[in-house]
Amino acid sequence: MIEVSKKCIGCAKCVPVCPFAAINMIDKKAVMNEACTLCGACVQVCPVQAITITREEASAKDFSGYKGVWVYVELTETGDKAQKKIKPVTFELLSAGRRLADELGEDLCAVLLTDKNHNYEKDLGAYGADKVYMVEHDELFEYNTDVFSTVIVGLVNRHKPSSMLYGATIQGRDLAPRVASTLYVGLTADCTALAIKDGLLLQSRPAFGGNIMADILAPNSRPQMSTVRPNVMKMAEPVLGRTALVVREPAKLDKSLRRVKVLERKIAHDAGAVKIENANIVVSGGRGMKTKEKFKQLEELSKLLGGVVGASRAAVDLGFKEKTHQVGQSGTTVSPKLYLSFGISGAVQHIVGMKASDVIIAVNKDPNAPIFNVAKYGIVGDAHEIVPKLIEALKKK
Amino acid sequence: MNIAVLIKQVPDSTEVKINPETGTLIRAGVPSILNPYDHFALEAALALKKKHGFKVTVVSMGPPQAKAVVQLALALGADEGVLLSDMAFAGSDTWATSYALAKGIKKVGKVDIIFAGMQAIDGDTAQTGPGVAQQLGIPQVTFCEHVDVDGRRVLARKQIDGGHELLEARPPVLVTMIMGKDYAPQHPSFLAVNGSLKKPFHVWNAEDIGAEAQYLGLKGSPTQVSKIYPPPQRGKAAMFSGSGQEGVAKILEIMKSEHFTGE
Repeated sequence: MIEVSKKCIGCAKCVPVCPFAAINMIDKKAVMNEACTLCGACVQVCPVQAITITREEASAKDFSGYKGVWVYVELTETGDKAQKKIKPVTFELLSAGRRLADELGEDLCAVLLTDKNHNYEKDLGAYGADKVYMVEHDELFEYNTDVFSTVIVGLVNRHKPSSMLYGATIQGRDLAPRVASTLYVGLTADCTALAIKDGLLLQSRPAFGGNIMADILAPNSRPQMSTVRPNVMKMAEPVLGRTALVVREPAKLDKSLRRVKVLERKIAHDAGAVKIENANIVVSGGRGMKTKEKFKQLEELSKLLGGVVGASRAAVDLGFKEKTHQVGQSGTTVSPKLYLSFGISGAVQHIVGMKASDVIIAVNKDPNAPIFNVAKYGIVGDAHEIVPKLIEALKKK
Repeated sequence: MNIAVLIKQVPDSTEVKINPETGTLIRAGVPSILNPYDHFALEAALALKKKHGFKVTVVSMGPPQAKAVVQLALALGADEGVLLSDMAFAGSDTWATSYALAKGIKKVGKVDIIFAGMQAIDGDTAQTGPGVAQQLGIPQVTFCEHVDVDGRRVLARKQIDGGHELLEARPPVLVTMIMGKDYAPQHPSFLAVNGSLKKPFHVWNAEDIGAEAQYLGLKGSPTQVSKIYPPPQRGKAAMFSGSGQEGVAKILEIMKSEHFTGE
């Protein structure tokens, strides 16, 4: 419930801060309409504390039986059909989960669904897992929403973890909402930070294309679930020789569970090439590159540096580069060691996708371009002059 | 077959800016639009209508002003429009929204394929589509770029890492759509806008769809927003300006000092 008390002085300060246009001034008093999401932005700016949001009491339910931080292990195909490997995002989640589990004094558990275990517990242990809940079954030979969500829901009901993390990947974003919906528990998408606050999982995420940040809690249900994009959490150094305890879990899985069937799977020829999300160096271009031909120079530069080419949304929309190279909110999040940008002004949508890079060097004509707010080094200059000269200089070396 | 398309009215988040002095959102003049992903979902549904003569019903949830996007969908070729609108829905997270939408679809009647955008650009969660599928107990295929129907088979081409999969499901099924190259968002003609005003349009509240209050709004939402704040600002970059040649020299110098050398 949101209420505006008699204290309201009609100053209208709350009107422009509402992210949802949910406040109207009626008879010099703030009135909320149906668009209100009870986010509380107005409460914070009201100079006379006239706005109050009353929430349900932080649950009388007893969650003391829910223990353990779980991480969903995502497997990905390799050239070798028989053996899949663990996706790097899993190790990033284990690194983040380790911290949370230590703070809570709980176990960090990896959840592994596979048709055949290939000593995965070694790597999972090295990155911090205490236990691996493993279901080994022929029906788990490839990801399927119905099969995998059924198994996970069963495991959660049996072992009652306090939280569970998934990679915000194509698979994780398909699986997690299905599981959360079945269990009637909270799920927060694309978290950029996770912490423990009063025993609860505090999940921070950007909204409105990164224009605002929101802290989310799910106090009244367990497990508290989050998805986290690849490259957002730092991967810890693996502790070699630290292995996780494997707990084998039975599962009865019938073929009829599988309601969606894969008829064909095609992986592009360049799938073996370094993907932008894994690149150490990203050379990116934006609208300022002007033409597709000029954008191509970035390919050459990137090759010389041993990097991968990235593009802003504007450059992709203009057809300079394929969508698979788009960096940002609606593209890929990258965190390379070096991010070199040319002719990108730095809309927030782009910035949220690259600001975690270790070193950012930005080249732009406009000294006030927002990209300079996140860059470590800013070069005010014309990309069309600098790029060819830089290529020339690197070739001479 | 009967098709339902889930659509949402969103603020055009690419137009939302932050006031650097107050750290608050500048929302004035930011237009409300049909969520771009939903527009692709609608075009995919309309393509099937054109090919097979299916009936297309659009379903949205939101405040009364969200009528505009339902009306737009009707003008673009949908046959029937539904807006779920009730103060009781306010504050719904993706779980409670999925619950209400699933109830709304049940009231629409027999539906074979439900289309939705993969996510909305205001929240970017991609959770509501799968949530609706789960609430209805039907399978889902997410992140699709193309959908076709062959007899009683629904064929969906789904984007995966480095390629795509062709998937088969039997109706009823829910598919969520990316903004792929197979569909292009259209604009309605004036004639079509006029014609759309005669199409059936329903506004249903919580009671109409038989939604229980305990599962709606903030009360029904497992997640709660505890705080909203501007993103942290970073320090200004070390700036350099000079001629092109000097700029190149500077970049090389920085790369050397940061231990990056060309390969």
